[in-house]
Amino acid sequence: MNRIQALFAHKKRDILNIYFTAGYPQRDDTGTVIRSLVAAGVDLIEVGMPYSDPLADGPTIQESGTQALKNGLTLALLFEQLQAVRRETEVPLVMMGYFNQVLQYGFDRFLADCVATGIDGLILPDLPLYEYQTTYRQQVEDAGLCMSFLITPQTTPERIHLVDELSKGFIYMVSSAAITGAKQGISDEQVAYFERIAAMDLCTPRLIGFGISDHATFTKACAYASGAIIGSAYIKALTAGESVEKTTRTFVAEVKGTIV
Amino acid sequence: MKTIAVDERGYYGQFGGAYIPEMLYPNVEELRQTYLEFMELESFQREFQSLLRDYVGRPSPLYLAKRLSERYGVTIYLKREDLNHTGAHKINNTIGQILLAKHLGKKRIIAETGAGQHGVATATVCALMGLQCIVYMGSVDIKRQAPNVARMRMLGAEVRPATSGSQTLKDATNEAIRDWINNPEDTHYIIGSVVGPHPYPDMVARFQSVISEEIRWQLEAHTGRDYPSAVIACVGGGSNAAGAFYHFLNDERVRLIAVEAAGLGVHSGESAATSVLGTEGVIHGSRTLLMQTSDGQIVEPYSISAGLDYPGIGPLHAHLIKSGRAEAISVTDEDALQAALDVTRMEGIIPALETAHAFAALDQMKYAADDVLVICLSGRGDKDLDAFMTYLDRVEPLGIHSEK
Repeated sequence: MNRIQALFAHKKRDILNIYFTAGYPQRDDTGTVIRSLVAAGVDLIEVGMPYSDPLADGPTIQESGTQALKNGLTLALLFEQLQAVRRETEVPLVMMGYFNQVLQYGFDRFLADCVATGIDGLILPDLPLYEYQTTYRQQVEDAGLCMSFLITPQTTPERIHLVDELSKGFIYMVSSAAITGAKQGISDEQVAYFERIAAMDLCTPRLIGFGISDHATFTKACAYASGAIIGSAYIKALTAGESVEKTTRTFVAEVKGTIV
Repeated sequence: MKTIAVDERGYYGQFGGAYIPEMLYPNVEELRQTYLEFMELESFQREFQSLLRDYVGRPSPLYLAKRLSERYGVTIYLKREDLNHTGAHKINNTIGQILLAKHLGKKRIIAETGAGQHGVATATVCALMGLQCIVYMGSVDIKRQAPNVARMRMLGAEVRPATSGSQTLKDATNEAIRDWINNPEDTHYIIGSVVGPHPYPDMVARFQSVISEEIRWQLEAHTGRDYPSAVIACVGGGSNAAGAFYHFLNDERVRLIAVEAAGLGVHSGESAATSVLGTEGVIHGSRTLLMQTSDGQIVEPYSISAGLDYPGIGPLHAHLIKSGRAEAISVTDEDALQAALDVTRMEGIIPALETAHAFAALDQMKYAADDVLVICLSGRGDKDLDAFMTYLDRVEPLGIHSEK
């Protein structure tokens, strides 16, 4: 069984998914970050593939990606880094990036390398549902990878059902109309949206992302979904922190509420 | 010959589509479902046509450039988009899109701009309609196109600098898209070129198609024939070219010449000649040709012309060039500057640096003596006087003029 599906089969709530930018702060920190996140008790890890033009991302993730590219990270090198760390951990790993990166690497080659590396899922926010359904779905599913699609407060119920059908593993529920890292706190309007989606009884579990940054927002999001995703806040912590291990331990403990 | 037209999903052959994050889907889908019907509404057509006539000053003249024709031994007509209100073809599209935005009940307008012509054209129609206007512009372009920044401010628009990446048109477009993601309800994004997710490339081409529609009847009045041997236009994203080509796309008697910016030289590493250097990929929501690394990172382009300094081309142009329907020519900074000087002194018209590339392409083209060429004179060069003066100081120090 795919590690993401196995995770959601045995854990129904408070799933903590952390996004980080590969090759950041230093090129060879990818493995250290994953090891530290696993040691801190994170359930799921999104490996951000740094991109020159990340349209859905705010300045924090954008700048970390720019730095990672300056550090010399390539997709080929990233797969090598991930292969090494995969020997040590069974944590579910999701690759997140932009469609153009995969297209240039070669869609088939990318999937093959994901399988060989032990990657479990993919998030490509600018790959449209239509293109996926008509062109890429079969290959992705045959490779045993879970593709997660996004829904937003503006997504129509009809389209949410399509996302539910096409997503495997989990649905990425964008908490508000925003790029990553843009808003703080969770409003009543957002809660109404979380409740509306929760009442739809979708087949695929949901994780809430965008605007989740600390224990308060994580806990609130977890009340309406299987868990939540944190990205920019963790990158900010890494940027400000001294060592990856120590920063990660403190950050994750704070989010989980194990220290106050 | 296969008919060149966009399909329902926004593809021209293999190029086009709408590769956008889900956050943009409702807005883009709303446009996709609306734009064609809207453009056929009699009320829209009446208002659009009257604004083009009375506000923009259309039709723009088709002018026989006698001295230029003599120099090249061929008949050359100039489609004078530089004489439009605001000084370029960009206003044709912004008038159309602002009417669509009003129809959709939008209160806030955003735009990206490179040379500043689209920013000015957007700020202008926002002033006209009383809508809030925010224009994203690369920091590098804010410096090199200062007169247009001043015009936008005068018109009441807020110019926001794009400080990421190469700080040019690509980055301004990224920032505008991010703004739209953050403001999905009340905002319309007026894209200035035939780029972006479907329906933008087709919508902008349709609004700009007034250029070739007029060329047809004006040329018939001048020459008795309603099509030229070739249409020549510069291509950054490619909106003036799309407009000038539009009614000739399926007329194989007409050669279509797309002129790109070679910067310091196509293979110098400082270039924006996408059709030569580009490979298929996705940029700004569209599958097209773009300059990128083997790892899919978008390469920062270079051209002296802010409007052509873009690492992609619209999907229509990618299709035209890859299918052989259009020919691509690339022109260096240096050749464009010299062409601007020549045209100015031979015809008394100062062209925009973008447009100057189209003129310089004449030196690289082959044609018969009885050919009739139409060059789309997409914009005027007032905004580029700084670059022209720097060039003049170099080629004509101490104010010594060369005899023409």
